[in-house]
Amino acid sequence: MAAAAIAALTVFAILFLWVESETAVAGLVLAAAVVVVIGGRLGWLGQVQAAFGQHETLLNGGVIVAVLAITAFFYRDHFALLMVATVLLYILACLGLTIQFGYAGILNFSGAAFFGIGAYTAAVLTAHTLVPHLLVLLAGGAVAALIGSMLIYPVLRTRGHYAAVVTIAFALLFKTFLEVNDVLGGPQGLAVANMNLFGWDFGQGVELGPLEASFILNYVLLASLLVIIGMLLVKRLERSWIGLDMDAIRLDETASACFGIDPARWKITAFTLGNFLAGVAGALYGMMLAFIAPNNFTFADGLIMVSIVLLGGIGNPWGVVVAAGIVIILPEKLQVIQEYRFLLFAATVILILRFRPGGLLPRGLRQYFPGQPT
Amino acid sequence: MDFALLGQFVVNGLMLGMMYALVAVGFTLFFGVLDVIKFSHGDVLTVGAFAGLTTWLGLVAIGITSPWLQVGAVVLVATALMALLGALIAQFLVLPLKAAPPLNTLLATLMLGTVLRESVRIFYPDGANPKPFPALLPTDAFSFGNFTLRVDSAILLLAGLAVIVLVHALINRTKLGLAIRAVAQDAETAQTMGINFTVVVLITFAIGSALAAFAGVMNGLYYNEINFGMGLLLGVIGFSSAIVGGLGNIYGAILGGFLFAALQTIGAVALPFASAYKDVFAFAVVIAIMAWRPTGLIAEAESERV
Repeated sequence: MAAAAIAALTVFAILFLWVESETAVAGLVLAAAVVVVIGGRLGWLGQVQAAFGQHETLLNGGVIVAVLAITAFFYRDHFALLMVATVLLYILACLGLTIQFGYAGILNFSGAAFFGIGAYTAAVLTAHTLVPHLLVLLAGGAVAALIGSMLIYPVLRTRGHYAAVVTIAFALLFKTFLEVNDVLGGPQGLAVANMNLFGWDFGQGVELGPLEASFILNYVLLASLLVIIGMLLVKRLERSWIGLDMDAIRLDETASACFGIDPARWKITAFTLGNFLAGVAGALYGMMLAFIAPNNFTFADGLIMVSIVLLGGIGNPWGVVVAAGIVIILPEKLQVIQEYRFLLFAATVILILRFRPGGLLPRGLRQYFPGQPT
Repeated sequence: MDFALLGQFVVNGLMLGMMYALVAVGFTLFFGVLDVIKFSHGDVLTVGAFAGLTTWLGLVAIGITSPWLQVGAVVLVATALMALLGALIAQFLVLPLKAAPPLNTLLATLMLGTVLRESVRIFYPDGANPKPFPALLPTDAFSFGNFTLRVDSAILLLAGLAVIVLVHALINRTKLGLAIRAVAQDAETAQTMGINFTVVVLITFAIGSALAAFAGVMNGLYYNEINFGMGLLLGVIGFSSAIVGGLGNIYGAILGGFLFAALQTIGAVALPFASAYKDVFAFAVVIAIMAWRPTGLIAEAESERV
């Protein structure tokens, strides 16, 4: 059951990335909606979910195979691969937001800003230093976490909507700052060097015997690796006592403090770790695009990240995967209807929120033993 | 710094502050009755400004040329239409989401803002480009030495002030205002006292949205140009102002609005770095204020129930 579901999803993703005419795109979206509705009525969705819960290893392996299959299918298509890589990097950044928001309950609207800090760090480091590029990725995350630490004090002191305004103000501040300063290229932006991993230049196409693949394939592979690490981290974190503490803090700070959990400690940990992940994702994103500008990291992009977390089902890493795919790829594929794409996208999100307020894949109860009924 | 330039900056800052305060009062009213943030507020402002422009075009088309009549009609139509729009949003989007987590409402209204913005861009004739807004108010100027105060600026400031005073009186002096405050304080108890919850919420959303429309028309009359994206930043700044002042408090919203404009003005003229950094400065101070007063400058009276 689980394997069949993954296979079906893979075929669907390939088809969706492949088709170009508007009737085909619309047809696929409609078909997916019909399948989901009918599947929901017949109880398939529940069975699939249960199957995934029981065979988690199969799910993990299956999804990796699926990503590889999609990548292999489009090995020469720059645009499709670019979308796959973008989705993967957004997943990584949104996993960071999941730690912050899904577990510790810190709402962060400036995810795109930390993403951007990573990208700009990569630009500066690759242009002016000889730091190995793998370290540049880590440095991107570290700088994002460091700059994010300036927000820790206000974030810890504020709650709810008041906390939201701190990160909203930071997101706007960051973009304005990038636009007006001269050192970081101003509104025109900066060039970023290509990733070079121990002499493996990511800017070159990959030659596999007679086949020459797009250079973005390199980035897809590295981004997949990073997402796998990120997923492992988030899953382990959720299962561990740290995740349990964070859940307790999110649900009731006062009560958890009474039981000896230090809310400040875990909130700081979650916030820093989340920004680190966003920064790493941003660093690789910058290298992939080769050119970054303030307009890549606006407040609106931060909102897109929040919508991914929310649509996926807050706190569920798999939800992030599904929602990132929808949120990033759908507007791009709707390009055939150009003008109306943001309109339709926004309307879709409203409908999902209106009729499925828990998100597409709501987070289930914590499962300590795979296969056990919860 | 000579007196004339300073005066110009003060007038400009006051004008911005007035617009921010009008938007912020809307946010704070919505939050008061329903504990929600309606993020489409900024885009309601845009739609209001465009409704005003359309009204003006209509008036010109049927041959009404008296500028005062035009201003009156533009303001009236824009505020009335946006009041209606605000009530519709409340009825069909915000109230049905009442039971959902507050973040869902925030995101849904944010997306509604996108829908409104994109609709203006796509469906308004040539909506993707900035539109000239007519200068309907007299443009004579008083001179005080080097400093000239334009009559239209003075009128706009006075009108804004009048609207704020009016809303304040409405909230604090009328029976309707009493109902709004009652719902804000405790919706359930208010209902047991015979207050129609839904009607009060709808009216509050209508009032707030009308204020946004007024700010939009004001913006158009002052800058003589409107565009489809103008509401986004105004909305975010209005939201920040409402928060900095303290949500649910109308004085806080006004204070926050003028404070934000003052910060921008100070950042532009009085600080040793380039004036382009004024927004960076203003937002940095907002973050600092939130660290200092976590529930806004004028804190909510109610303490957290454990």
